[in-house]
Amino acid sequence: MILSLSKDTIEVVKEQDVVFTKNRVKEVAVRIKMGLVNQTRLITAASELLRNMMRYANGGKCTIEVVSSGRTNGIRLTFTDKGPGIPDIAKAMEDGFSTGKSLGLGLPGTKRLVNEFDIRSNVGEGTTVTIIKWANG
Amino acid sequence: MSFNTHKLLESKKKAILEQWMKNQLADDSLREDLISNEELRSQSEELISALVGNLSMADLTDLDSDEWSPVIEILGGISITRARQGFTPRETGNFVFTLKEALLTVLQAEISDNPQLLFEESMKINRLMDSLSVVTFETFIKGREEVILRQTDEIADISTPVIRVWDGILALPIIGTLDSARTQIVMENLLQEIVETGSSIAILDISGVPAVDSLVAQHLIKTVSATRLMGAECIISGIRPEIAQTVVHLGIDLSNIITKASLASALAYAFKSMRLEVRKANSVQKSNTF
Ligand SMILES: Nc1ncnc2c1ncn2[C@@H]1O[C@H](COP(=O)(O)OP(=O)(O)O)[C@@H](O)[C@H]1O
Ligand SMILES: [Mg+2]
Repeated sequence: MILSLSKDTIEVVKEQDVVFTKNRVKEVAVRIKMGLVNQTRLITAASELLRNMMRYANGGKCTIEVVSSGRTNGIRLTFTDKGPGIPDIAKAMEDGFSTGKSLGLGLPGTKRLVNEFDIRSNVGEGTTVTIIKWANG
Repeated sequence: MSFNTHKLLESKKKAILEQWMKNQLADDSLREDLISNEELRSQSEELISALVGNLSMADLTDLDSDEWSPVIEILGGISITRARQGFTPRETGNFVFTLKEALLTVLQAEISDNPQLLFEESMKINRLMDSLSVVTFETFIKGREEVILRQTDEIADISTPVIRVWDGILALPIIGTLDSARTQIVMENLLQEIVETGSSIAILDISGVPAVDSLVAQHLIKTVSATRLMGAECIISGIRPEIAQTVVHLGIDLSNIITKASLASALAYAFKSMRLEVRKANSVQKSNTF
């Protein structure tokens, strides 16, 4: 059972919004006393998903939530876009797969950096990626 | 404009200017430090001529029409210059507000016998001048945005200095986010310095980079490859432990790149590969004495 303790949604359309969102995630991570290593992992994961949203879907929304599992607190980030969607999610999750001539490590790398990772996508409708990082997990 | 307001104002141009100058000079927001009274007067005169000359023929409600473009150009020019010179929005806005007051004051003096007409004509002037104030603010903000953009470029430039730490060794401390535009600048600066100094080792220090995601990593790898193509070796230093871990989790392979934890260890490595040695002065003396 995961409870949401606070919720904040940011529209991400410009390059500046990316920096702003990353800073907000950092602030919340510091507030719930997340360790430095986990903070860095979470912010890097956020950076990957924000970049994907900007690059492949022309922007979207990011929701930052403080969540509790009873034992520990954490941060849940939800990235929602109305972009073209991903036709083959399994392929997109492979290391090195990229349609953008980049390293193709954003999605699979993010999955390794966080505790929970969920991706849903419909071609022509958009993509939603949800991740959770526990403060000490 | 109905009635003969435009003719009236046309004939009273001088009076309007005097009234306006009086208002401006009396205002608290006058910036004699930024603009001389003569210059202020000539700006004011230019605007009044264009404005009053336009009242007769132009549609007062449609500032987008071509007829208004000379007036808007003058006003825009003035407010952009003011934004650059460091005037506040209030000081810039007052330029137009005090003109509105002057126009209304002159109008009132001239048609005081017909309150109805005075009201109607005043409303028109009011509306027109309000639209012009909005134009002033819009251009003012545009001027400020230009200043900010220019500063951003300047910051990007000054925040990527190439330091000649030793004969043949360059260091490049990177502080802040390494985006594509920044990487381009870093790379250009670095490659140019390598050519100019004939250096054989470059140290890219990322102590000041908050996070390394796959795009930043790709940029770093690209910079290293470009350096190698120039015949120099590139070392990346300042990789903090938490960043090293994150990079590994992301799956980025930096095994082809020489990485060091600190700038000092990168420098030590560079000295070693150039067959240079750093020793304490007294240890040299000792070895001489014995
Ligand atoms: N939000 C998104 N909308 C549409 N396609 C996406 C989105 N995010 C990722 N993708 C697709 O998944 C691929 C893999 O993404 P990623 O692992 O981040 O690697 P990279 O961004 O380097 O290509 C991308 O090349 C792109 O085709
Ligand atoms: Mg990506």
